[in-house]
Amino acid sequence: MNNKHEKIVPKRDKYENIKKAWYKFSLNRMSVVGLVIVCIVIILAVFQPIIAPYPEHVGAYVNFKDASIAPNSTYWMGTDVFGRDIMSRIFYAFRGALIMGVGVLAVVVPIGGILGLIAGYWKDKWISTAIMRITDVFLALPPLILALCVCAILRPTLFNSMMAVCVSWWPWYTRLVYGMATTLRNELYVKSAELLGASKGHIIFREILPNCLGPIFTKMTLDMGWVILTGASLSFVGLGEQPPIPALGTMVSDGAKFLPAQWWIAIFPALAIMVVVLGFNLMGDGVKDMLSSEE
Amino acid sequence: MLVNWLKRIGTYLLVLLGLSILVFIIGRVIPGDPARQALGPRAPEEVVQALRVEMHLDKPYVTQYVLWLKGALKLDLGKSLMTRRPVIEDVKEFLPATLEIVSISALLMAVGGILLGILSTKYSDSWLDGIIRVISYLGIVSPAFVWAIIFMLVFGYNLPIFPTTGRIGLTITAPPTVTGMYTIDYLLNGDIVGFKDALAHLVLPSIALMLGGLAQAARITRSSMTENSTKDYILAEQAYGIPERKILFNYLLKPSLIPTVSVLSLDMASLFGSAFLVEQLFNFPGLSRYGMQAMLNKDLNAISAVVMILGIVFIIVNIFIDIVVAYLDPRVRLMGGGN
Repeated sequence: MNNKHEKIVPKRDKYENIKKAWYKFSLNRMSVVGLVIVCIVIILAVFQPIIAPYPEHVGAYVNFKDASIAPNSTYWMGTDVFGRDIMSRIFYAFRGALIMGVGVLAVVVPIGGILGLIAGYWKDKWISTAIMRITDVFLALPPLILALCVCAILRPTLFNSMMAVCVSWWPWYTRLVYGMATTLRNELYVKSAELLGASKGHIIFREILPNCLGPIFTKMTLDMGWVILTGASLSFVGLGEQPPIPALGTMVSDGAKFLPAQWWIAIFPALAIMVVVLGFNLMGDGVKDMLSSEE
Repeated sequence: MLVNWLKRIGTYLLVLLGLSILVFIIGRVIPGDPARQALGPRAPEEVVQALRVEMHLDKPYVTQYVLWLKGALKLDLGKSLMTRRPVIEDVKEFLPATLEIVSISALLMAVGGILLGILSTKYSDSWLDGIIRVISYLGIVSPAFVWAIIFMLVFGYNLPIFPTTGRIGLTITAPPTVTGMYTIDYLLNGDIVGFKDALAHLVLPSIALMLGGLAQAARITRSSMTENSTKDYILAEQAYGIPERKILFNYLLKPSLIPTVSVLSLDMASLFGSAFLVEQLFNFPGLSRYGMQAMLNKDLNAISAVVMILGIVFIIVNIFIDIVVAYLDPRVRLMGGGN
């Protein structure tokens, strides 16, 4: 019979790893709060046309009869000077913010990461020096200023502001991965893979990269918040999504003109920015707890 | 050790050179003809052509870059399209204001952040710690321009104790220019009324600028002090019966400040970034507001000048931070530089 050599395997829960990760993540209650905030924001952004009370108010909609109404039971966050419901516009602006965050990270993490891996693995070679010196140059300017610079010379659109943020954001990943890769390349398992004749690609992507993923994921969660914040700063000065499409920063700067009498026009979008960034920040702390190897 | 410092300064000069190339490239990506943009659509072609020659736009890119760099070394940064003056004149006028506001911000940020961090550690897990942690979360997640708006709302209208626009009040005359920083100039001139007024104008914008960095510094100081407090050397000192207060300030604080100081160096650089929006809001005539307007008007020469100056400031801040870290961290001091 073939069953003769059947091994006795202790029954394992299929979801054990996920359960463990969740346990670590949920140890800090604030991380769960962050996760809930992020989920709500995503749901609001995706299902804006269904959830928002006045989905048609996002565009060039004008209703002067209801202009500048303070928050009430019909318009929970009030209306702006054109009579548009601010809450519906904020929900829509979440879309732009999330697209910005995801889009930027989708570009900068691979680029920055690969450059960091190359520079870290071939440390002491000219290529590493070249990459890291270029990184230094980009890091010499605060990200917001570099993004403003690039954004200002391009036509203001959501896509261009994403490009501008990308230009200023990749060096942080290069530096992060470089730091890890320079240590990891001296680990025994990397040396043995080299001895066994593994290809460079295998060593970099299958041996070194998986061990860098934890900090990368943590930074990505935190950066979602920061990228959205930078995007809001860009749209605040008019270098983002153009009106009438709502963007959080634009809504704040437009509303600032009507302070203090019509405070709700600026304050609610400003709060929205804070809530989104707070959500990703709290969640980032949880991801850090989850991925750190310390028990 | 001297060699190490020289090496580091060499690296910084290299960064500056790279930055100048980067700025030049960004400037050349501008769609359209800078000369045409400067003169407007109705200027005759000969005039535009003359300006092109004057701005060296007819030469190859490499020559253009070398000429620009040569000029920049002689402090000739070209003419601003906005103010129609040499950029260097504008810089002389606007830079001191920004330096004034940013250095006050940086000082408040460093001192306040570290103090809050110490308080948070000393009374950890008490209500004070809880409040500080909530405040620091709020500080971290809200951009400077949101604070600026909140301050303008609260102080500008409801509680008018601090002015919300400009550098000095309308009834006050500007001091004779010595440093360009109004507070210092007033003091040098012995004008106390002016000094108070100029200082009052700095309060709100500088606090709006620094809250994010303050929160970050407080958080990092707290976590690094908490981490160090479980180390053996602290345990040994406790076993010797050294008073807690003395341990906290004499032995725990110094090594715990190293991560804070490195984060502060980044935050100081980003103060200049936030200043781009905050100066605009408070109508504060500084270099950042000038840079912001240059960007919105695609004023090439002014943009390059502002970016290069910020790069130089960044490097000076970094050298300063290096010195502070060397003071705090004997490993760096003795090995001569660390990484």
